[in-house]
Amino acid sequence: MELLNVILVVFLIVCAIAVERTKDLLGAVIIFAAYSLTMAVLWLMLKAPDIALTEAAIGAGATTILFVAVISRTRRMEK
Amino acid sequence: MDDLIVKTITRLIVPFIQVYGIFIILHGHISPGGGFSGGAVLGSSMILFTLSYGLTDATKKLPHKVTGVLESGGIIWYILLGLMGILLGGKFLSNKEVGFFMGQAGEILSAGIIPLITVAIGIKVASTVITLFHTIIEED
Repeated sequence: MELLNVILVVFLIVCAIAVERTKDLLGAVIIFAAYSLTMAVLWLMLKAPDIALTEAAIGAGATTILFVAVISRTRRMEK
Repeated sequence: MDDLIVKTITRLIVPFIQVYGIFIILHGHISPGGGFSGGAVLGSSMILFTLSYGLTDATKKLPHKVTGVLESGGIIWYILLGLMGILLGGKFLSNKEVGFFMGQAGEILSAGIIPLITVAIGIKVASTVITLFHTIIEED
């Protein structure tokens, strides 16, 4: 359980840095969805299942779809 | 988006997502979850429907006027339930002090007005999510 926790936190930090450094905005949104899903599992391991439920529905579902809708209205690559 | 596979899968899976959301809302006082989580799940099911069938079909199913009425109705229901506590001689949203039905802890019909308040919050959150998404993606 300790090892899984360490792996998830390291993956979370890698995702957070990758979101900031990616030039392709659609790729950044997908990495951000992976970040939210990892965060949901971490909330579950911190014994907060209600927050995990909300994070999985809002963070990985609704926010990603809203970002994709905004990107389809503007341009895809960062300047 | 005209894809047969996506449309069929959506038609099969949307009722199950909605039943899960209603389950989370109705069990808000005895299990993890509650109005916000369940409402988000309900709204996400409608967003999935809009993405696979297009905005015109979705607005035919759930017009903008209906979501507006649901959104206002949810918050009005919440305020009326809160004012009921004042009417019966307590504070705003007071529950046990003014003698609402408490029941056995752990059953669906328990905890006074908490299930009704959770239903109000669920309706409010679900219709807000749907209204936001429809407003953002509609062509102007």
